Amino acid sequence: MDRLDLRGLSCPLPVVNTKRELKKLARGESLEVVVDTGTSRDNVTRMATKEGCEVEVRETEEGHFVLTITRVK
Amino acid sequence: MKEKFNDFVKSRWGIIAAGLIIGILASTLQKLGNPKNMGICVACFERDIAGSLGLHRASLVQYIRPEIIGFVFGSLVAALIFREYRARSGSAPIIRFMLGFFAMVGALAFLGCPWRALLRLAGGDGNAILGLLGLICGVGIGVLFIRSGYNLGRSRRTHPAVGAVLPLLMLGLLLLLIIKPVLSTGAPFFSAEGPGSQRANYLVALGIAVVIGFVAQRTRFCTMGAIRDVILMRDFHLGSGVMALLAGAFIMNLVYGQVHWGFAGQPIAHTNQLLNFGGMLLAGLAFALAGGCPGRQLFLSGEGDGDAAVFVLGMIVGAGFAHNFNTAGTPYPNNPPTWGWGTGAIMVGLAFCLALGFLMRRPLEE
Repeated sequence: MDRLDLRGLSCPLPVVNTKRELKKLARGESLEVVVDTGTSRDNVTRMATKEGCEVEVRETEEGHFVLTITRVK
Repeated sequence: MKEKFNDFVKSRWGIIAAGLIIGILASTLQKLGNPKNMGICVACFERDIAGSLGLHRASLVQYIRPEIIGFVFGSLVAALIFREYRARSGSAPIIRFMLGFFAMVGALAFLGCPWRALLRLAGGDGNAILGLLGLICGVGIGVLFIRSGYNLGRSRRTHPAVGAVLPLLMLGLLLLLIIKPVLSTGAPFFSAEGPGSQRANYLVALGIAVVIGFVAQRTRFCTMGAIRDVILMRDFHLGSGVMALLAGAFIMNLVYGQVHWGFAGQPIAHTNQLLNFGGMLLAGLAFALAGGCPGRQLFLSGEGDGDAAVFVLGMIVGAGFAHNFNTAGTPYPNNPPTWGWGTGAIMVGLAFCLALGFLMRRPLEE
């Protein structure tokens, strides 16, 4: 699974970069995205859901968010 | 309970509710004493603060606006309650300062930030249409740069004290407003007439602003982001909040009898459409390159973003410059000249922003 580290990037770069990578995903494949703000977590989740993906969010001890995005459509 | 609230604020209805709340409260602030079509204007109110501190000498626009303070406090409270306070900084601070500076120069040529452009339209001011068109074009140019790889680099987590600086500065401003010390220099200055003297009760204004700051932090409300997301991704989430702001303010303005259609003679506005369009073109581009409208920069500052705080300081310094160097638009019954300091400053600002857009396209990995 590819991993995209988007920590420290401000709006809208986390969404733009994730969207670019999502286009390469086939159905059933997953991508791991790491962000460090609630805004990025919410924006990426909203965009990925709209793009036909399922998103699982996990918060790390350091307060970062790891998003596992799986294409289902 | 917290989770249900979180689900709601993230939803389409959540952002619509935020826009309605902001629109209704902004219109109400006008009814309670704030200047006409200026219930809330982040650019104008930061300009008033700059004047009160003596950074400019325009005696009609000097006041420590509690709305700005409340926005930061409301966002800070929301970020602490929902564990989203994260001190961060280091993403091209000097560039953000200058983007804030030129965003303010552009906004003051038009006489308002994006929030006020909407409130002016909701009050019947046709000149706001030119401002909003300029804003959309400016953000559109910013989107072209973002698509071609423009970025300001990564910020880094840092000491909590870094994120606390702007909220503490706001606390200092609040103390100045409450204590009103009398210095031999005359500072802090408070307008005796003009827009700076038109104020809602400061405790009411502060309370309303805290509510707006809280709501906006949770919903990520951003006027520039609304336009950017539509152009960049055909995403209307933030846009629906902006439309709700416009609708909420318009309906309340009708209720309060605050709608007066027309172009000439509008409150704190001018009819030089080149400056209305050009000013907001510059502001829109600067907001897009900095990643947020002036309100959003305050809310980000409240949740610990030191780079957004630098943008805010750039705006306040920019306001001082704009009035000292006569680049701000002169309101009715005067009209700013088409070829004056204002136009010159807008052109310099556009050149600066365009240069950034072309030059700052480093790959993220570097």
